[in-house]
Amino acid sequence: MSEKVCETAVKAQGVDQSRRDFLGKSLAVAGTITVAPGVFLHQTAQAKPDDQPVTGEVRWGILIDTNKCAKGCTDCVDACNEEHGLTGSMPKSSDAQRTQYIRKVTLREKATGHEHSLPMLCQHCEHPPCVDVCPTGASFKRVDGIVLVDKHICIGCRYCMMACPYKARSFVHEDLTDQTLASPRGKGTVESCTLCVHRVDKDGTPACVEACNQAEHNAMIFGDLKDPQSDISKALKEQGGKQIRADLQLNTGIRYQGI
Amino acid sequence: MKKIEYTRVEGKSAAYFGLLGGLGLIMLIGLLAVWRMEHEGHYITGMSNQIIWGMPHVFAVFLIVAASGALNVASIASVFRKKMYDPLARLSALLAIALLAGGLVVLLLDLGRPDRLIVAMTYYNFKSIFAWNIILYTGFFAFVGLYLWTMMDHNMHRFKPYAGFAAFVWRLILTTGTGSIFGFLVARSAYDAALLAPMFIVMSFAYGLAIYILVLMAAYKWTGRELGDMVIQRLRNLLGIFVGATLYFVLVYHLTNLYITEHHSLEKFLLLEGDIYTNVFWLGQVLVGIVIPLVLIYAPGVRNCRNTLGLVSAMVIIGGLCQMYVTIIGGQAYPLEMFPGYEVSSSFFDGVVAEYKPTVYEIALGLGGVALALFAVTFGIKVLSFLPKSLADSEVNPH
Repeated sequence: MSEKVCETAVKAQGVDQSRRDFLGKSLAVAGTITVAPGVFLHQTAQAKPDDQPVTGEVRWGILIDTNKCAKGCTDCVDACNEEHGLTGSMPKSSDAQRTQYIRKVTLREKATGHEHSLPMLCQHCEHPPCVDVCPTGASFKRVDGIVLVDKHICIGCRYCMMACPYKARSFVHEDLTDQTLASPRGKGTVESCTLCVHRVDKDGTPACVEACNQAEHNAMIFGDLKDPQSDISKALKEQGGKQIRADLQLNTGIRYQGI
Repeated sequence: MKKIEYTRVEGKSAAYFGLLGGLGLIMLIGLLAVWRMEHEGHYITGMSNQIIWGMPHVFAVFLIVAASGALNVASIASVFRKKMYDPLARLSALLAIALLAGGLVVLLLDLGRPDRLIVAMTYYNFKSIFAWNIILYTGFFAFVGLYLWTMMDHNMHRFKPYAGFAAFVWRLILTTGTGSIFGFLVARSAYDAALLAPMFIVMSFAYGLAIYILVLMAAYKWTGRELGDMVIQRLRNLLGIFVGATLYFVLVYHLTNLYITEHHSLEKFLLLEGDIYTNVFWLGQVLVGIVIPLVLIYAPGVRNCRNTLGLVSAMVIIGGLCQMYVTIIGGQAYPLEMFPGYEVSSSFFDGVVAEYKPTVYEIALGLGGVALALFAVTFGIKVLSFLPKSLADSEVNPH
């Protein structure tokens, strides 16, 4: 009798064991499936599927070392013009009317005569004056810090251009043809640097930064200002960085060294 | 005192239709200019990414500012209870509405996408002073319209003081808003000043009254109605005070800038080395718009001359357009200060005074707005009784 009971118990124990194994493995797989995407997303951090909203956990920015910015070099400008289809897109407009998302500015110190240059672009402010003044809300800032123009509701009043302290915005003065898919534009609306949002949303780098690095100037570092481990944050912590017109307290996303 | 009788102008003469036709033609030319600008794009204008707002804005802002000023004559009657101004009030309100309409049409038709007016009316960013202005303009039409109703409908007379007061307060807010469009621009040295709002209000008094005087004198002369010396004399004195107050604000603005080292180069640009802007400032805004009018108003020999008052009013208007040119275009032409202590140059005209040559399209659009305002007044006084039959000294209450 007792042997029988024991046998049954062992049998039962054997059955239980395999069931436990099965349950354990199932749970592990289920757990992995549940947790993995989160872990995966956290690790690669930036790539954002198109159907998900932008996160405010990052703030994109560029650190520009003007000491490394070669005088006369326009690699970043050329790359931007190519990326956004600006090159040759406005044949009728004058130089003063033609769009420039990024431009090279030459600075000559009055007191010493020291000369250097830097690229000037939309500074992607935390408190952008262009967004404040826009009557329709066409000028807006994404939660990740990128300042854009919604060309569907821009009425072309140009008040944002009046308000921008950096002269970073342009107005489209004529009809456009052969636009690039990545960067839709429109006659009668205002436009500016998009920080290559179409690339950034696909885990990429803005065209200007890429071109600068390809030419091995390495004057521009793109990254997440909120991530203390990012290259840009580390460089800012170690070497510091300045904002243009810091007195306006706009907390710009573009920072400069060497000015 | 006799009861004031208002009548419509007959408006059957060839001259009347000639006037309407002439104004209509200017409006048509303006519309053609708009069609070209919108079809081709703004490259056919002198405006650019450097001079963002141009001649259309000079006209538009002038008309909008003058609109609120034109209402002043009515406000003096209903808010400050000066009886002499009572018979002048209806035309004042009509002119205010007409000038605002003219200014807004210019502003609207200069937009890059005027077809998106509905967007401007349905999407509001309430942090934008521009969005607020859209509400202020609409409200101005409503308040002044109501005010006119209380003036012209006997059953509504008892509400006149309230409507008049509401319209008065609203016009002060409106011009504060217009001035703040520039006052809130922190980045540009020529703007970024709270003073711009009250300065625009004081300037509106002068510009609006100058236009009012010219319209009143023309309407009475061309319709053969009597316009007494008393009304002329009072309006002349009022214009003198307003022009003097304008001078005061211009002085305060520039003296403040001259005291602040940061703004020395801006003042050097505006007052001494700005070529066209310096010339337009000294010759247009100050000499033609302020100094000569003040001399002509207060000089003993010319005091009672009616033609002189007409000339003075025209000069104040020209001075006002010059002031807008210096404020709006000159303020943008002066380079943005991004790097203090550095000389700056770039392919995008950094560090240099921006060039601007207005094209015929912009001027045609601006003049079209002026014509629209005058057309509305000319038409209005024919269809409704805006003008007293007589403003002879014997008809008008001097108090």
